[in-house]
Amino acid sequence: MAKPMTKTQGAVKEMRVQEALREALRYEMTRDKRVFVMGEDVALFGGAYGVTRGLLQEFGQDRVLDTPISEAGMVGLAVGAAINGMRPVVEIQFCDLLPLAMDQLASHAARYHCMTGGRINVPMVVRNKFATRPGGGPSHSSCNHGAFIHFPGLKIAMPTTPADAKGLLLSAIRDPNPVLFFESHHLYGVRGPVPEGDYTVPIGKATVRREGKDLTIVTCGGMVLKADAAADQLKEKGIAIEIVDLRSLAPLDKETILNSVAKTKRAVVLDEGPMIGGISAELAAMIQENLFSDLKGPVVRIAAQPIPPPHSPPLVDAMIPDVEQVVAAVIRLAEGGRIV
Amino acid sequence: MDTAKRKEMLRKMILVRAFEEKLEELYQKKAMFGSTHSYRGQEAIAVGVCAALQSTDLIASYHRGTGHLIAKGADLYKLLCECMGRADGYSQGRGGKMHMGDMAFGFLGNTGTVGATVPTATGAALSAKIRGSKEVVVSFFGDGAANQGVVHEAMNLAGLWKLPVIYICENNQYAMTVSLEKSVAIKRLGDRAQAYGFEGKTIDGNDVEVVYEETEKAAAKGRSGGGATFLECLTYRWDGHFGGDPGTGYRSKEEIEAWKQKCPIKRLKNILIQEGNLTEAEFATMTAHVYAELEEVAKRAEAAPLPRKAVDLGSIFAT
Repeated sequence: MAKPMTKTQGAVKEMRVQEALREALRYEMTRDKRVFVMGEDVALFGGAYGVTRGLLQEFGQDRVLDTPISEAGMVGLAVGAAINGMRPVVEIQFCDLLPLAMDQLASHAARYHCMTGGRINVPMVVRNKFATRPGGGPSHSSCNHGAFIHFPGLKIAMPTTPADAKGLLLSAIRDPNPVLFFESHHLYGVRGPVPEGDYTVPIGKATVRREGKDLTIVTCGGMVLKADAAADQLKEKGIAIEIVDLRSLAPLDKETILNSVAKTKRAVVLDEGPMIGGISAELAAMIQENLFSDLKGPVVRIAAQPIPPPHSPPLVDAMIPDVEQVVAAVIRLAEGGRIV
Repeated sequence: MDTAKRKEMLRKMILVRAFEEKLEELYQKKAMFGSTHSYRGQEAIAVGVCAALQSTDLIASYHRGTGHLIAKGADLYKLLCECMGRADGYSQGRGGKMHMGDMAFGFLGNTGTVGATVPTATGAALSAKIRGSKEVVVSFFGDGAANQGVVHEAMNLAGLWKLPVIYICENNQYAMTVSLEKSVAIKRLGDRAQAYGFEGKTIDGNDVEVVYEETEKAAAKGRSGGGATFLECLTYRWDGHFGGDPGTGYRSKEEIEAWKQKCPIKRLKNILIQEGNLTEAEFATMTAHVYAELEEVAKRAEAAPLPRKAVDLGSIFAT
C-alpha cells in the first residue's frame, strides 16, 4: 500500500479546475504506482481539455495510454485492471459517450462488489466532461448524470471549485469502488485557491456554498454559478439564499440538504440535466418526504427541458435553466410563503 | 504428457460432469433457484486449459461457468451453495451461478451479460503487463459472445498492446438456439484473430490433451511477452441451453448423438486403457469416488441455510 505524502501545510496555490485535476493525477501517480491513465488522446495530446497534459512525459507510456476509439473496451479493461491490482483512471471525452460503456459501468463494475459477496473490489475512476452549451449539439453536450443514480454500486462525484476538483479526484482514485467523475465544461476555466499536498474532499459530502436564512437552492456542477448569480440579485430584494452544492450525486448527502431546508423551510432544486426522472426529481421527492410539515411551500424544480441538446445558442438558452428563471421562481415561492 | 497428469485431468472432467448432473437433479426437484446452463460435453476445455495454467494465472468465465471454476480450483461446497442461493455460497446468495468471483483462486468473475467478461480478462492482462508480472489470463467465452461489440474492442486492444491473454472460444455450435452458420458468414471464428494481430487456431475442443498442449504453448508465449492467442475450441453441449430446454427442436437427434460419440471423458479413458495405464476397475473406482464426494457436498449444501430476509445496504460499496 502506498503511504500518503506530507500533509498540506496550509499552503494554497491559485489555479484553474483543469490544472487542479491535473495536479490530483500527478500527485496520486507519484504516490501510488498502481494509478494509470487511459483514454482517447490523453497521452501525446494531453487530453481533449488538456487535463492530462505532461503526464506522458512525466510517467511514461506504460502509465499514460492513448486508446483507440473504444469507450466500452477501455472501461471494460479498466474493470479487469482494477480487479487485478491497478487503479485505472479513464477519460471519456463527453458524457454523451458514456452510454457506449453503459453495460460495463452499470451492470458490471457497479455490481461486482455486491454480487461477489464482497470478494472483489473495482477501484476505478471514469472521468468525463459534461454540460449543455452552444455548438455541442445532440451528441456532444448532454447532461446525463441523472441517469446514473439509478445504478447502485456507482459513486458519482461532480466538483465545482478547483479545490474540490483536486480533493474529490484524489478521493475518487483512492476509493475502493467505481467512481463516475463528472467535470463541467462551464467550470474548467474557473480559477480558485487549491491546497497543496495531500488534500482530499470526501465523496458523499455536500457543502453549503453560501449561507442564507430564507430559501435553499440545492444544485450541482455548472448550475452552482447560476444559483450564485441569482442569489446576488435576490439579495438586493432582501432575500437571503442558501446554496447547497451536492459535489456527490451518489451517495447523496441527505443530512446537509435536509439540515439546510429544515432551516430555510423553502427549497428550489436546480439542475442542468433533464427534469424527468433525474436528480432534481429525486431531490424534490426526498425533501418533501422528510420535511413536508416544515415546508412553507412546494419544492420547486428548475431543470433542463426534455429535448435533445440543440446546437444553436438561442435554442440552448431555451433548453437549460437561466438566472432569471431561478430569480422568478424564488420570488413566486417567496410571495407564496410570505418571506417579504 | 505424463500419466499422472492425464489421470488427474480425467478425474477433473468426471467431476465437472458430475457437478452438472447434480445441478440438473437439484433443478428438477426445485432445490435450485434460477436455471442451469449445463457444461456436459465441453469438459475437456475447462480442464485442459486450467491444467496448463499456473496457480497465479487468472481466468474470467461466463454463464456456463461452473466447469471453469471447478477446473481452476473452486471450493465445491461454496460453489454449490451459491447455485442453490444459500448463505454459505461464494456470493452469499447474492449472485447465483452466473455471478461470482474470488481472486483467492485466480477467478476474476463471471456474469450473465454475454461477452462482458472478455474485457475484464483483457484488463487483468493489461495489469499484468504494466506491473511486469508473469501472470497469464484466460478469457472463456462462447461462439455467441464472439459477436458482441465489446469483445472486438477488447481483442483489438490485446493485439495492440501485446497483452498476455488467451481467448478460449468454446464453439459449441449454438448461441442458445441459433446456430453458428446463422450467426456469422465465416467458417472458423479462430480466423478473426488475424484481424487483431495475433495468432488464432481452431482446435478439437473435445481432446483434452490437445487443449492442454495448445494452452501451454499460448501461456508460454504470453508469459514471455509474445502477446495474445485465440483458441477456437470446437465442441458441443449435450444438453439444452438452460434447464428446461430439451436442446432439440433446433438440433437433430442424430447430430446430438454423433457428438456424444466424441465424449471427451470416454476418449481419454480409452487412450489410457489402450496404453495400459488405466483399467476399467480403476476408472469405475475413480468415478465412484467423484460421485460420492459430490453427494457428500450436496448433502451439506441442501442443509445449509438460506440468507436472512434482509436488505444490506452496506453490501453495495467496498469500504
